[in-house]
Amino acid sequence: MSVQADSGVVAGITVDSTPVLAPRRRRSTLGIFRNRKAVIGLCILGFFTLIAIIGPYIAPYDPSATSPDSLQPPSPEHWLGTTITGQDIYSQLLVGTRGVMVVGFLAGFLATIISVIVGVTAGFLGGTSDEVLSLVSNVFLVIPALPLIIIIAGLLPSAGGVTIALVIALTGWAWGSRILRAQTLSLRKRDFVEAARANGEPLWRIIFFEIMPNLTAIIASGFIGTVIFAILSEVTLAFIGVTSISTWNWGTVLFWAQSSQALVLGAWWWFVPAGLCIAAVGTSLTLINFGIDEFVNPRLRSTAANAGVLRKKKIRARIGFTPVYREGEPAASRTIPAASRTTKEGVNA
Amino acid sequence: MKFFLRRVAFYLFTAWAAITLNFFIPRLLPGDPVQSLINKFQGRLSTDAVASLYVLFGLNKHTTVWQDYVTYWQNLFKGDLGISFTYFPTPVSEILLQSLPWTLALVGISTVIGFALGTLAGVGLGWRRGTWADNILPVTSFFSSIPYFWLGLIAISIFAVNLGWFPASGGYDPATVPGWSWDFISGAIYHGILPALTIIASSISGWILSMRNMMVTVSSEDYVTVSQAKGLPERKVMLGYAARNAVLPSVSGFALSLGFIVGGTLVAEMVFSYPGVGYVLFQAIGSKDYPLMQGVFLVVTISVLVANMLADVAYTFLDPRTRAEG
Repeated sequence: MSVQADSGVVAGITVDSTPVLAPRRRRSTLGIFRNRKAVIGLCILGFFTLIAIIGPYIAPYDPSATSPDSLQPPSPEHWLGTTITGQDIYSQLLVGTRGVMVVGFLAGFLATIISVIVGVTAGFLGGTSDEVLSLVSNVFLVIPALPLIIIIAGLLPSAGGVTIALVIALTGWAWGSRILRAQTLSLRKRDFVEAARANGEPLWRIIFFEIMPNLTAIIASGFIGTVIFAILSEVTLAFIGVTSISTWNWGTVLFWAQSSQALVLGAWWWFVPAGLCIAAVGTSLTLINFGIDEFVNPRLRSTAANAGVLRKKKIRARIGFTPVYREGEPAASRTIPAASRTTKEGVNA
Repeated sequence: MKFFLRRVAFYLFTAWAAITLNFFIPRLLPGDPVQSLINKFQGRLSTDAVASLYVLFGLNKHTTVWQDYVTYWQNLFKGDLGISFTYFPTPVSEILLQSLPWTLALVGISTVIGFALGTLAGVGLGWRRGTWADNILPVTSFFSSIPYFWLGLIAISIFAVNLGWFPASGGYDPATVPGWSWDFISGAIYHGILPALTIIASSISGWILSMRNMMVTVSSEDYVTVSQAKGLPERKVMLGYAARNAVLPSVSGFALSLGFIVGGTLVAEMVFSYPGVGYVLFQAIGSKDYPLMQGVFLVVTISVLVANMLADVAYTFLDPRTRAEG
């Protein structure tokens, strides 16, 4: 349960008069830390970021070093057991974290830059350039990404982390750019943009200081979504053996588990932890996105919030209730249940 | 009608873009795939095959890129996608024709089931928002963060290796001959259950989330309030008024996420050694079989485009507003 205090009348008016407008940057960054789900997500993500930095130094063994302890179940010497060649799986996971995080965030960063450039330009300029840019992003949206990534990565002689990040970014920007374009289209007709234009502000200033701050939440949400996509793609590529198998990441661990018949041998400790790590990072990012989403879509928030309020009043929330219930003084404070978040990007994440 | 024509034009353009991309990718990337193949096969390739490879990859220095491009299209229309190396000297198109029905059946059935179940569950969860039902959402987000193939590995480990309920790999009983016999078909269904279940399990959460989200948004619309005030049965309000309108973004989202589903299914086939296009791609990667890889990409892309067009048609039937527009 988190309480979001609107700071005075000004913020209240912003929420009420322009319901689709994303809130100001300062509020959204602060608000993120008041959202329980987002905080849990940030904690898990912080943990894995730490592992990515120090993992190779705290790993008890060399992940590639073989030993006579073949296929040992978890024990005090080998916390997560060993592979068929006696490699320490715990060390492999620790060392492999860095590759996963670097590729995920690098690809997310690059894809976000492309989607911002394409989406904002298309939305702001309109006309022919909008038609062309939208067509290109729609094409990339429809062409199945994973087979394309597999083809490109497979053709590259030795695809390392940075290359994979580039390939993923080149194929994964379209979704974000489409959302950004829609939002920019609605923003550029707003009064404050018109006012800036009337004041004679240069184009770059309008884009960077009037439009962009209002897109921060959507850009952040798109970034997180792309990072999830990139991590899943990278791990999948490593698993099917397209990328270089000499560097460790969680997908490589699973690749060796699969190719060494770990399933048939019943070596669950070989393939379960890596999958759980991927799922944990993915879930943490999804939770953060829930937190961001709440600020992007206030209408959804108020409906969900009112459902929670009604539930506390022992009134059954159902379709048909128009959410007009206000608690206490208007616009002073509002209670939001933390357990009613949704995301539009769930399908593609 | 104008709407349809515009969509058809868009899909034709996308198909052209994908095919052109497929033509240019080997040319833009460093390295010479043909040379590495010749090295790998060490004299086992006939000179004809080497020459055709060079044409296929556009590495034949005697022709311009434009001439290669024209030849590439001509070959494509003749159904000539080159010759596979894994199954030398079988043409790529023949291999794809054999594996495509398996993939279409698996993807088709599991996608429709996943979409139907997920959407229904989303309707229910959106209807009961603010109750215990909201606690299911974190679970679904966890499921959507799991890679397909890992879920498949766990399923094999539990249901095939430990419990022995389902076969761990393959698409049919090796003791039967492929054909329209009952033995073969029942075996094929039996082998398909586990891959289909894992695909449904990992795709369902996305549908639940998007449908629930739209149900919550739609629920505050006036027409829902009116229908409720008229005293219509709750079921009718939920399905006939709220869900009917809430499903529209899911249908267009369905079309867009087909690419992701097909991609995931390819990986599922690799895990289960299911004899579809994905498994062919897996073998092609393992043996650096570039013509086969490109053939798989083409077939998958074109299937996704066709499925998208069908989803567009369905969308126009569901939403009268799109029809009025054109």
